Amino acid sequence: MELLRFSTAGSVDDGKSTLIGRLLYDSKSIFQDQYDAIEESSKRKGDENVNLALLTDGLRAEREQGITIDVAYRYFATPKRKFIIADTPGHIQYTRNMVTGSSTSNLSIILIDARHGVVEQTCRHTFISSLLGIPHVVFCINKMDLVDYSEEAYEKIKSDLEAFSSKLDVKDIHFIPISALNGDNVVNQSEKMDWYKGSTLMYLLENIHIGSDYNHIDCRFPVQNVIRPQSDKYPDYRGYAGRIAGGVFKPGDEVAILPSGFTSKIKSIDTMNGQLAEAFAPMSVAITLEDDIDVSRGDMIVRENNQPSVDQNIDLMICWLNDKKMTPNGKYAIKHTSNDVRCVIKEVVYKMNINNLHRIEDDKEINMNDVARISIRTTKPLLFDKYTRNRTTGSLILIDEATNETVGAGMII
Amino acid sequence: MQSYSLTHLQELESEAIYVLREVASQFENPALLFSGGKDSIIVAHMARKAFWPAKIPFPLVHVDTGHNFPETIVFRDQYVKDIGANLIVGSVQQSIDEGKVIEEKGFNASRNGLQTVTLLETIEKHKFDCAMGGARRDEEKARAKERFFSHRDDFGQWDPKNQRPELWNIFNGKKNVGEHFRVFPISNWTEMDVWQYILHEKIQIPSIYLAHERDVFERDGVIMSTTEFIEQRDTEPTVRKKVRFRTI
Repeated sequence: MELLRFSTAGSVDDGKSTLIGRLLYDSKSIFQDQYDAIEESSKRKGDENVNLALLTDGLRAEREQGITIDVAYRYFATPKRKFIIADTPGHIQYTRNMVTGSSTSNLSIILIDARHGVVEQTCRHTFISSLLGIPHVVFCINKMDLVDYSEEAYEKIKSDLEAFSSKLDVKDIHFIPISALNGDNVVNQSEKMDWYKGSTLMYLLENIHIGSDYNHIDCRFPVQNVIRPQSDKYPDYRGYAGRIAGGVFKPGDEVAILPSGFTSKIKSIDTMNGQLAEAFAPMSVAITLEDDIDVSRGDMIVRENNQPSVDQNIDLMICWLNDKKMTPNGKYAIKHTSNDVRCVIKEVVYKMNINNLHRIEDDKEINMNDVARISIRTTKPLLFDKYTRNRTTGSLILIDEATNETVGAGMII
Repeated sequence: MQSYSLTHLQELESEAIYVLREVASQFENPALLFSGGKDSIIVAHMARKAFWPAKIPFPLVHVDTGHNFPETIVFRDQYVKDIGANLIVGSVQQSIDEGKVIEEKGFNASRNGLQTVTLLETIEKHKFDCAMGGARRDEEKARAKERFFSHRDDFGQWDPKNQRPELWNIFNGKKNVGEHFRVFPISNWTEMDVWQYILHEKIQIPSIYLAHERDVFERDGVIMSTTEFIEQRDTEPTVRKKVRFRTI
């Protein structure tokens, strides 16, 4: 059974909580006592129907207390797949939250109110999905019950979305007309929209091909730890532990170790359960080499004929996550794969108006929730790929050295 | 072309092993909280996998309430011996004896609330800068937003208004002197995943998780074990039943 991670984007009142509640309820992922509790609570509030949105409502009280709720994770499973939902509440810090929640997603669900069509929020959500390189985007045109399940209304919104999305780099786009409230096309096929021949949302979530979401071409193995038991049984064992970030590794492969550039061959790929004939992203393994080379945390094992970029000058898109604005020409710590370096901000090239995708070139102040293109210089070369090529070797975080807080999310261009 | 994909258990395991390895690298003196319960057992199991064929490079810490089922302690001691790990026990009884905490009284008295004090004391005494635990986000709604790496200030407090955003698989364990982290490698696991994994990996668990005959009584709809640590009311007669524990 595969694991699919998805995020849901939407603002207040677009039916996001109802949709998640509907997915959980119709996929029979909630227990009777949970259902009884929300049924009781719905009755008390005078709701006509059982309000499924209450299933995910645990965070409202905390939000009112001012506690930061950037992402809440929820879990459910069907016989076909297991799902992790990164649920980002749609309030003022939306960009920061959605960037955080989407960073590990395979798929993004963007909700659109059928009565209002494509609005500024839709534009923002789609842009962030594309910025974060989420492989699959599903536009759910919700509240179809309020537009009489009209095919015309749906087609109009769909063509608006297609026109807009063509400006962005989104690989795989789907459109589904739904009513989260009544359950149309969520888990069960709608009887009211026989003009829609596509799949339901659940069918898509269960069947969409995610096997290619990881890069299986460029071999990248950032070394996390060196394993040296120095025990009687393993006196000379020297294994390099890490999680494969790309490509397929096999024993016998000719590899290069960066940044030194020394070459060797893979002797074995080890796990406690036995040796592997091959290993690919995102497996955690230990690799041993034929030759005795000095390899340590922060190094990267790659194929000799397919190497990442090695550079100190790096261009990236960033999303600023902290209420303290970015210091012009400031110095920040960086975490990138298993590497810790420092950097200086060389230039803010432009800021992005993410509501209309226009570039802002006359205002270079980077505040929380801003998205911008910047260039930096690092204290030592990073071993990286473009973010669009590899989400692991192409991503980094900026850290404020005074507070140790994570202040920026970077995607290398 | 061959399809390269992992099962959900393989992916969750890989994620947890990655986190365990990050902890070993980013912290100077980490520890793994080990209660002998199923969640901490699978974390310990994956810690073995993460560093195999070397031993787990940090100690296992048991915050001992003194109110244990004997089966759990027997299991704990055997397990630690089998994997050659270093066990440190922090004793709630000792905290009570030293007057640092006050024992709860009454029918629903429990030592669960006192554990926190003993835990922080143990962390301070051994200068641990990271304590890993088996907490999961699906356990309760409030945990749904908990981080993998959760920052604690120099009083051991969690400030929910000031948690670091966590992106991709990049974990920021940077801290000032005196601060520490709580890390939860199985954040993304559900109860079902834990049981499936135990079955799949054939992991040994304390016998009380499996059905057996035991003296029990009922309180507010919950079946509880008759023990010297819980006072029973007259209206709560002991009966013998076939039971298994969901939580210990």
